[in-house]
Amino acid sequence: MNDSAVLSVPHESAGGALSSARFLEAYRTMVLVRALDERCLALQRQGRIGFYAPHSGQEATLVGSALALEPDDWVFPAYRELAVALVRGVPLGAIVDQLYGNARDLARGRQMPNHFAFRDQHFVSASSPIGTQITQAVGAAMAAQRRKAPIVAITYFGDGATSSNDFHAGLNFAGVFNAPVLFLCQNNQWAISLPRSRQTRSATLAEKADAYGFPGVVVDGNDLRAVYGAVRSARERAVSGLGPTLIEAQVYRFGPHSTSDDPHRYRPDAEVDAAKGHDPLHLAKQVLLGDGRLDEATDAKIWEEARAAIAAAVTSAEAVPPPDPSSLFEDVFAVVPPGLEAERQTLLGAPPPREPSR
Amino acid sequence: MTELTLVQAVNRGLAEAMRADPDVLVLGEDVGLNGGVFRATEGLYKEFGGERVIDTPLSETGIVGTAIGMALYGLKPVAEIQFLDFIYPAYDQIVSELAKMRYRSGGQFPCHVVIRTPYGGGIKGGLYHSQSSEAYFCHTPGLKVIVPSTPADAKGLLLTAIHDEDPVLFLEPKRIYRSVTGDVPDGDHRVPFGVARTVREGTDVSMFAYGAMIPPVVEAAEALARDGVSAEVIDLRSLVPLDEAAVVRSVEKTGRAVIVHEAPRFCGFGAELAALLAERALYSLKAPIARVTGYDTPFPYSLEQVYLPNTEKILAAARATVAA
Repeated sequence: MNDSAVLSVPHESAGGALSSARFLEAYRTMVLVRALDERCLALQRQGRIGFYAPHSGQEATLVGSALALEPDDWVFPAYRELAVALVRGVPLGAIVDQLYGNARDLARGRQMPNHFAFRDQHFVSASSPIGTQITQAVGAAMAAQRRKAPIVAITYFGDGATSSNDFHAGLNFAGVFNAPVLFLCQNNQWAISLPRSRQTRSATLAEKADAYGFPGVVVDGNDLRAVYGAVRSARERAVSGLGPTLIEAQVYRFGPHSTSDDPHRYRPDAEVDAAKGHDPLHLAKQVLLGDGRLDEATDAKIWEEARAAIAAAVTSAEAVPPPDPSSLFEDVFAVVPPGLEAERQTLLGAPPPREPSR
Repeated sequence: MTELTLVQAVNRGLAEAMRADPDVLVLGEDVGLNGGVFRATEGLYKEFGGERVIDTPLSETGIVGTAIGMALYGLKPVAEIQFLDFIYPAYDQIVSELAKMRYRSGGQFPCHVVIRTPYGGGIKGGLYHSQSSEAYFCHTPGLKVIVPSTPADAKGLLLTAIHDEDPVLFLEPKRIYRSVTGDVPDGDHRVPFGVARTVREGTDVSMFAYGAMIPPVVEAAEALARDGVSAEVIDLRSLVPLDEAAVVRSVEKTGRAVIVHEAPRFCGFGAELAALLAERALYSLKAPIARVTGYDTPFPYSLEQVYLPNTEKILAAARATVAA
């Protein structure tokens, strides 16, 4: 391993520090999404939503990285990044509507929970195949480069995705074209049941960047300020024309991969307990308590407000009906073609339309 | 009008689209300085530079994945896959991402990428430079699949593809890249999708084909005419969207159908045409539908002329159908 290519970034890095006011806001968002995890796991168990992929343990990385971005930047997420969408201004209600796939869901109930798409926030539609968003982010960055727009594309993926075709292709293209793209690997140590050591023999994931000719950075993903600093620095590098950066945020996935697996089958409880000793939420709270910007009473109030907001969003989402069956046939193409229109009419019980004439 | 070969017409279409719109760009392997292995992008690098005629690293998933990102951002990428046989590393990007992006985002993220690729056999290309795997893509909702067979259509359909709002897989019949020449309209010539071309009108039997199968089908139709059999030849040219009305109408007139493609028979595009006719034109049929296709084997090297449909095979099938 080439140590020179793998930098460990201290939390007060060249990218600048997170202001006090933003730190407290960041903490509020971290609490909100932790509380959302708790609520959504329960909603799934009760059969009220179909699926959920929790992010507990990754909040500092999600919120810290999102705060380091600018509104015109583009985000190519995987499926554990709803906190990034929230930081970028997506309302909680829009996120909960997607989890329910109701008629108000901006993606029209087309995808499983956690596969978000929010055009206004440049939060690109997520898919389930692993790593496919990586090359797409590089393409968007190349397009921004061509338009001379001072922005970056950032893509989020996990440790498992570093084994994918698109990880290699994406990082390779990014290096060759010096694209303004940030690769944010949330190394949460587990790809469903497989530990990080079974994805690669490399000592770190960040050092893979060395082979592609740009810097790789390891950052403590539990440390909000460290993540913010690393992403901010990488962003400045990219918009200055210095090219991409791979950031490996080392975190730990406290919960299951999703509501469809039981982590007790593949990892010891002691490992989870040890990781929870570095809970990013706890670490952020300690910083705020130490600085006198937070006290226990205020903290309790933050939690209370978060749970109330979630309860309101859930109540609201559950009152909205599912999408109209007629919508099934829309957005396959820009215009519904005659064949699909005929299928729609059949579904709706109408007599099939007359032969399309020209 | 200018007389061009099919590959020259593709080149002309690309150049004119790039001149008209600075957002149109080309990317792929060897498309720049080399002008493409079949010369489809000849001269573009010189005219538009390396920022718009992008030689990429050797990765199909990289080509299509980055093209998707470019399109989402607002550019109009035309990606070249050097041979259809090499598209499979990008299959995930095409079927999981490109074809579904608009749908899965509820219309928030339309994704208009054109993928051009030479397909088909007859050039002694063996297993990996000959395949005709259009059916894989026609089966994917959200993709348009286009196959020109004339220079005029190559330019006109390509310009329609570049100006369309949906992802388009544009399959170029490499076997007739240079063997077919024809008059091509100058300027912004566009041929609409979903409209079949009647190559030759007839009353006794309908022959459906596309791409490089059109010349042998026309030859067969001429031979039938000498026998007093009037064959109608329909060039589908747009597989998705399919001109279903043209297919049904033709068989309502002739009562007989011969379907020709070089892809394997099983689950090939011809199966969809046969099903369409069974559903919508059964009572017009005077004879069983015939399919003349590649065999259900991998594409062979030494025996490619044995494998491929040719005039004789098409003629035999048509005569049997007419005699039935």
